[in-house]
Amino acid sequence: MKVAIVTGASRGIGSAIAKALSENGYNLVLNYRASREELEALAATLSTEVVLVQGDVGSFEESEAIINAAKTHFGRIDLLVNNAGIARDNLIMRMSEDDFDAVSTTNLKGTFNCTKHVSRTMVKQRFGRIINISSVVGIFGNAGQSNYAASKAGIIGFTKAVAKELAPRNITVNAIAPGFIETQMTDAISEEAKSASVGRIPLARFGKPEDIAKAVVFLASEDANYITGQVIQIDGGMTL
Amino acid sequence: MTFEKVKALLVEELDLDADEVTLESNIREDLGADSLDMVDLIMSIEDAFGIKVEEKDTVNIKTVGDIVNYIDK
Repeated sequence: MKVAIVTGASRGIGSAIAKALSENGYNLVLNYRASREELEALAATLSTEVVLVQGDVGSFEESEAIINAAKTHFGRIDLLVNNAGIARDNLIMRMSEDDFDAVSTTNLKGTFNCTKHVSRTMVKQRFGRIINISSVVGIFGNAGQSNYAASKAGIIGFTKAVAKELAPRNITVNAIAPGFIETQMTDAISEEAKSASVGRIPLARFGKPEDIAKAVVFLASEDANYITGQVIQIDGGMTL
Repeated sequence: MTFEKVKALLVEELDLDADEVTLESNIREDLGADSLDMVDLIMSIEDAFGIKVEEKDTVNIKTVGDIVNYIDK
């Protein structure tokens, strides 16, 4: 039975990824920072074994505890999905240092922390899959999201470097760059901005969390054995 | 004895026969370790002997004897 860790699993894309992995037979360690009830409700619907671990991925020690929970409980780790992420949008002139630091710490440093802590286990297993959730904003930028864009671009560079480092041990590392996906994070965007956005999407609709989850399942599968260091954009053609 | 303990670690980590490992063995050239093996090996030595190998010293570890001397120092 394969084992996956999903960070930030209580809502949105993380929750859909957890569900899809469980449906594909993975036992799961699901991390959350604050929303335990939502995650418990999700876990109750899953048919594989699930362990819930509270923790802030931005903390080096707490992220180690998340990874260790998987090692202790299941004895191996096949897949790490670095999904936990936050946004604190503002124009650069108004963005506080705290807004920049908080987003960098959760999104980028959190990805480093969990990857670092899982790396030795995967090296010893001579197998592993790491999938980092970036964003099209990290490739193309977005006004009002300089902190978020920087963190998501950082994830892409990080993905490529670690892919090269760990390739000799049959560990693949890829990133997924979602476009406009319907989640609580994008609910915060005004209706006006949403209609403007949908007008720029060739497929003329927003994506669903399941669209991202299906790509995670694929990248984690044996069918994706030869794919590493890549950034898969899932955005309905928005950036074409 | 430090050498025997280091040897056991090397045999396990690099999947070697015990008689392949001597104090003079070059870990990369003779025992076939790559850079990931070297990092993994140093971390195993830190755990097994309860020591911290400084980053600046890791580049000087080339032979099995270098490891043994570092631990006994």
